[in-house]
Amino acid sequence: MQLMKTLLAATALVATMSGGVYAKQLVYCSEASPAHFDPGPLTGGNDFDASARTIYNRLVEFEHGGTALQPGLAETYEVSADGLEITFKLRAGVKFHTTSYFTPTRDMNADDVIFSFERQWKEDNPWFAYLSGMTWDYFQGMDMPKYLKEIVKVDDLTVKFVLNEPNAPMIANLGMDFATIVSKEYADKLEAAGTKELFSTQPIGTGPFQFVDYQQDAVIRYQAFADYWGGKQPIDDLIFAITPDAAARAQKLIAGECDIMPYPAPADIAGLQANENLVVMEQEGLNIGYMSYNTTTPPFDNVNVRKALNMAVNKATIIEAVYQGAGQPATNLIPPTMWSYNTTVTDDAYDPEAAKKLLEEAGVTGLTLDLWAMPVSRPYNPNAQRVAELIQADWAAIGVTANIVSYEWTEYRTRGKVKDRAGAFQIGWTGDNGDPDNFFATLFSCSAIGVSNYSSWCNQEFEDLIQKAKTTPDMAERTKLYEEAQVVFKREAPALTIAHSKVFLPMNKRVQGYLMDPLGIHRFDGVDVTE
Amino acid sequence: MLKFIFNKLILVIPTIIGITICSFAFVRLLPGDPILAMAGEHGVTPERHAELMERFGYNLPIWQQYWNYIWGLLQGDFGISLSTKRPVIQDFMTLFPATVELGLVAMLFAVIVGVPAGIFAAVKRGSWFDQVTMGAALTGYSMPIFWWGLLLIILFSGTLGWTPVSGRIALSFFFKPVTGFMLIDSILSGKSGAFLSAARHLILPAIVLGTIPLAVVARQTRSAMLEVLGEDYVRTARAKGLKPSRVIGLHALRNAMIPVITTIGLQVGLLLGGAILTETIFSWPGIGKWMIESISKRDYVVVQSGLLLIALVVMAVNLIVDVLYAVINPRIRVK
Repeated sequence: MQLMKTLLAATALVATMSGGVYAKQLVYCSEASPAHFDPGPLTGGNDFDASARTIYNRLVEFEHGGTALQPGLAETYEVSADGLEITFKLRAGVKFHTTSYFTPTRDMNADDVIFSFERQWKEDNPWFAYLSGMTWDYFQGMDMPKYLKEIVKVDDLTVKFVLNEPNAPMIANLGMDFATIVSKEYADKLEAAGTKELFSTQPIGTGPFQFVDYQQDAVIRYQAFADYWGGKQPIDDLIFAITPDAAARAQKLIAGECDIMPYPAPADIAGLQANENLVVMEQEGLNIGYMSYNTTTPPFDNVNVRKALNMAVNKATIIEAVYQGAGQPATNLIPPTMWSYNTTVTDDAYDPEAAKKLLEEAGVTGLTLDLWAMPVSRPYNPNAQRVAELIQADWAAIGVTANIVSYEWTEYRTRGKVKDRAGAFQIGWTGDNGDPDNFFATLFSCSAIGVSNYSSWCNQEFEDLIQKAKTTPDMAERTKLYEEAQVVFKREAPALTIAHSKVFLPMNKRVQGYLMDPLGIHRFDGVDVTE
Repeated sequence: MLKFIFNKLILVIPTIIGITICSFAFVRLLPGDPILAMAGEHGVTPERHAELMERFGYNLPIWQQYWNYIWGLLQGDFGISLSTKRPVIQDFMTLFPATVELGLVAMLFAVIVGVPAGIFAAVKRGSWFDQVTMGAALTGYSMPIFWWGLLLIILFSGTLGWTPVSGRIALSFFFKPVTGFMLIDSILSGKSGAFLSAARHLILPAIVLGTIPLAVVARQTRSAMLEVLGEDYVRTARAKGLKPSRVIGLHALRNAMIPVITTIGLQVGLLLGGAILTETIFSWPGIGKWMIESISKRDYVVVQSGLLLIALVVMAVNLIVDVLYAVINPRIRVK
């Protein structure tokens, strides 16, 4: 009897222990290798998935599955009445990761926040160029040096951002990947040891997962951070299996070698949807595919010519033939899921006869123009060549001859920006931070001419509206300004807004609680797997 | 013999200089530049573009950029990647063993299957076996690697579930690489099942990469054998009453192998070329995939130094083949 009891106890112990050591693992078939793991200087979505969203946090975070801002490492923030000061109250007791290469001795505090920005900002900061030839592209690109005057430590858990001029999108900018908060204590330790470069290969953050190992171009391993301020994650191990080919990713998902894959090839989607072990999530993308006219060259400086060309294009056919239904015709520059979207704006109706008449009235006959088609598939336009062919046929119906031109992708954008570029230029955009400014100002402000304003369009009325919206802290007021800007945009038609595409994310049915993010980021906090 | 090797080495120097010029020029002839490639749809202001071009030294006259590159090389500095910020030589050393492992297994597959197939096709000249083998070899030679790889993945991994889709080893095996060769590292790890997993992961990529060399080796073996089988000494051997297996296996094969070995040596360059596509399909972390990504990012440093390193390897292999050839055939070193 005693023996039986002992055996039973031993069996129970083994069962408990084996239950205890069972690790829940999620494998994500990522599309590319990260350059490294310090998000500050990086620019690629795959870089951010592998570092910013797994290992790190920011002062504010985008709501999981949305673009609204939520408290992150800052519990609250307050904007001064003149909009020139933003004071962040930091969360107390936030731990940095403890790993085989670093053991923190203190919690996250104001020093870490100041260090995280000053290293990107001040050339005399010893970390400004800690990697050979490094650049802080997002920090520069979001005009942070222009807006930031200083960042002041009020106390250990209070930081004040002092601005040179009011800037409403600043808070949303601070939710972006480049604004990740890193550990100053870790940086100091590496600096003292003379091994600063390890900062980018052996990351330490406050995020839901901590870095374990990276085998170059093959596998990244993370484990759930037990002391994460948001609570330990349901999964124990997170693995990124780097699989650049979309067809191979799909096969890996089907074979059960990974649980989630991003960016399926359009041709594979139907097959994946039909697989009973898989779920294909889909979401309206925060993007726009459009076609810019060069508004500085005749006859495209005439709004009626631009309108006529727009009216001659049958967007419904494009959506059906090229997007295969996975998209919707774009009326405005921003997608309907974004705040301030103006529902009262109506699109120019498809009307070849009216278009023809409008062209005649404008005195334009026998128009011939270049129609630019991107050489690559982009999330906002899966096949620009095909779109160009459809538009070419539509325009032929109103007597306009279009010659389709295309160049290698980098060359394409370079030539597209040239001031006297001829013809209509297809391009698009995927939002960075969910703020309308990120669409309006980035793509059509006067200062973006020669950078990303491919229409070379500088309309004072539009410019005043978007610049005012940028400096207005009141959300309702900003919304109104952007709504008006959309009216002006539609009236002036500097571009043909073609489509907002859908984004697909196939995954195994055992994955629970995954939320698709409109900003195109892939995050795994809150995700679980069934056994 | 030493003089022979020395003469060969002398010839290598102008070749290396030629390669540095070609690789340096090739990446710069591509449209765009690293700054524009990095900027994507965001674009970059002309001022910022100029500032970064200056910081990276890409605004200097082309001859000066080339000189800086060569000066670095002379000091053993292959440069630092523009995108990963790691030394190119470090990335090369990490990734190269994976390509070598895949290449060796692919070559082994090509030789083990190709040589016997070529011999039998030659011996049974005109038979159905000969026709089928040579037809298959022609098909294999013309097979687009990307399509062939995906076809095998869909059939053997997706549908039948016999082999893994991609990668080098199952994700459940986690150990630090020692040699970079997964077959060896899996044994060193001491984990049961690791070697088998690594071997299973090699099957499809090795078949895909080895298909073209297999076709070439089979055809070369067949034609070399046919030539030798018609020689007088083979007829004499047969007339002496030697067993056919001895005539073919000893007398004919030995002489037929010389051009076959040369062909195998020449396939190394082809293998590295094929590795670019094979590694991309099978997510194989080797230098082929590395090169493709670097070209698309216009990472001038990686492309120019990576191409040079690859060329050096190909040259070294060809040199070894030349030396081996001279060892086998004394007439060559006399010439």
